[in-house]
Amino acid sequence: MEAQSKSVDTLSHPEALQTDVITLNMGPQHPSTHGALRLILKLDGERVVSAQPDIGYVHRGYEKMAEAMTYNQYIYLTDRLDYLSAIFNEWCYCLACEQLAGIEVPRRAEYLRVISGELCRLSSHLVWLGAMGMDVGAFTPLTYTFREREMILEIFDLLCGQRMTFNYCRIGGVARDLPAGFIERVRDFLKYFERMPDVYDRLLSDNAIFLARTRGIGTLTQELAHSHAVTGPNLRGSGVSKDLRKDDPYSVYAEFDFKVCTQSEGDALARYRVRVEEMRQSARIIKQALDQLPAGEITAKVSRVFRPPVGETYARVESSRGIQGFYLVSDGSAKPARCRIRVPSFAGLSVMPKLLHHVQVADVVAIMGSIDFIVPEIDR
Amino acid sequence: MNYIYDLSRIVQWTRAQLHWLADWAGTSVFWADGLGTLIVMFVLFAFCASVVMVLVYAERKIAGHMQARLGPMRVGWHGVLQVIADTIKLILKETEIPNRADRPLYRAAPYVVFVSGFLALIALPMDKNLVPVQLNVGLIYMIAIGTPGVIGILMAGWSSGNKYSLLGGMRSAAQMISYEIPLVLSLLGAVMLAKSLDLHTLVEAQKIPFVVYQPVAFFIFLISAVAETNRNPFDIPEAESELTAGFHTEYGGIRFAYFFLAEYVNMFVLSALGATVFLGGWQGPFLPGWCWYLIKTGAILFVFIWFRWTYPRLRADQLMDLSWKVLTPLAFINILVTGLILVLM
Repeated sequence: MEAQSKSVDTLSHPEALQTDVITLNMGPQHPSTHGALRLILKLDGERVVSAQPDIGYVHRGYEKMAEAMTYNQYIYLTDRLDYLSAIFNEWCYCLACEQLAGIEVPRRAEYLRVISGELCRLSSHLVWLGAMGMDVGAFTPLTYTFREREMILEIFDLLCGQRMTFNYCRIGGVARDLPAGFIERVRDFLKYFERMPDVYDRLLSDNAIFLARTRGIGTLTQELAHSHAVTGPNLRGSGVSKDLRKDDPYSVYAEFDFKVCTQSEGDALARYRVRVEEMRQSARIIKQALDQLPAGEITAKVSRVFRPPVGETYARVESSRGIQGFYLVSDGSAKPARCRIRVPSFAGLSVMPKLLHHVQVADVVAIMGSIDFIVPEIDR
Repeated sequence: MNYIYDLSRIVQWTRAQLHWLADWAGTSVFWADGLGTLIVMFVLFAFCASVVMVLVYAERKIAGHMQARLGPMRVGWHGVLQVIADTIKLILKETEIPNRADRPLYRAAPYVVFVSGFLALIALPMDKNLVPVQLNVGLIYMIAIGTPGVIGILMAGWSSGNKYSLLGGMRSAAQMISYEIPLVLSLLGAVMLAKSLDLHTLVEAQKIPFVVYQPVAFFIFLISAVAETNRNPFDIPEAESELTAGFHTEYGGIRFAYFFLAEYVNMFVLSALGATVFLGGWQGPFLPGWCWYLIKTGAILFVFIWFRWTYPRLRADQLMDLSWKVLTPLAFINILVTGLILVLM
């Protein structure tokens, strides 16, 4: 700010007071930007005049890397897109490969994918719940949800030897069958987890301060959501009942009984409620999958060097953040000719400038938390 | 029996020794009292530091157990030495000054904040005869001396040359000014009952603690005190998820330690004030007075810590609404009702 050239009585002439919009770079290192995201905020006091996300800090060129690797080699890399729900990336990629080659996946493998996928959705939502609490200033939910998440990660450790980057799906099936004691362990966990959403409700959802911080904040209208291709819990929070697991039941989702959770308000609180309810539904799906788990092969017969016929395909799954898609082009060789990834977080981030228009600084993090995007997926 | 626990006897004894020393050296009592004041300041500072250490340890432990974890466990038995280790680390750290900082202000800010909290301690009666300085306007002094702390925080926020700090400092100033009003108003009810501003008289007037007569005032006081000390759910000046660390973002080492110290001293002072005005201070059966004083203060401190690890944070405008639209009118109504009852009875 420049010094005032001549002194003016600013008390009686408030319009003479020189005010200025300040630019605040939020991130790439900031406690609540959920990864290396930079948000260029223009502030008028506590109010946000404009917000411009700046992405690309963890760009690794994953789409290009696919062209230099064989189809099988690429699976483990997909884990690193949305590392909080890695199974969906692998699953979606494998689904695309299977569509290219017309492979029928054994039913047991589909069930294992569903079980691991829904466990992943649970763990991802748990991280989000903790982070959301943290964003509005409540520290304790984080430690609670991480306790439960730890149990899920240990289950994954048992299943595939990894806690986060699983490398579990294979083209045509999954890498390993269930280890001994796995089913009991998951059942024990589900039994324990049953009452946890109520605990979170008591701690956060019914808290007057939390409600005041999230109700009517960052309202995402249906038009805005559709125009920016927002999917997943964010879209369902705006009252659109759209869930690939119901609308286009891939894998064996048609065999389970679960509800698509929607809220009509479209604000941060609605998105929050949708996700908490989704955790309950995920637990239900896992329970049913364990009950109905068929015996049989865990992988289809696929030749070691996977060479799909010439063609192109688009596969999509409902990940914990929305619709995850892989577009693959095959030229008949052992390497993809082109790979393009559709990530749900990008749509979530792209509505941010609209949602952040004229909110207060404190709401910025609350809205960011409620949209739940993940940066490595956006940057790829 | 209580006699041997009576700390005030130590004070009297020391004073007697000093006077004797002055007598022996042939100087006036003025010098002896000056020396005595210095000693008292040292003792108070030591008290301050040890209270903060205990408090930090207690907070970390309580927070840990509330959050399904253990808290510090490695340094010493159950981590009791953790605070000392942290203090040593903070003292030994290099203190950096950012290039864009306004140096004199930047250097001075932590001490301004700390001193204003520390000075409030000298008017607090810890026991019947144990008070560093007995003032007949002790209550007003306590409130008044805490206020310059805001200036220190503003100095820190402004001089750091960091936008997060600036926002934090501004928020803090707005918040502390807003909450001082209901805080003072809530204390007035008790003053009307005791008909005195002297903390000593206030305590002695409480045959039954004033919290029984003034529950609303105590409630207002508690909320305002949490807001005054910038703690969750009112920690918007330091809101970690928004402003990284608010006004002390750029501070490190010993200067940060002073901010830290000040925060906890302020917490202690306000809790002690609450214990004195509403919970009957050092009065209580069986135990010596200073024990009761510490127990009651500790109880309020526990509530502070409990708040912090339970609630989300309010937004700046909601915080202002709460102060101006709820607490302040409520405090005025409380005063009115108290006055009416006093007149009618």
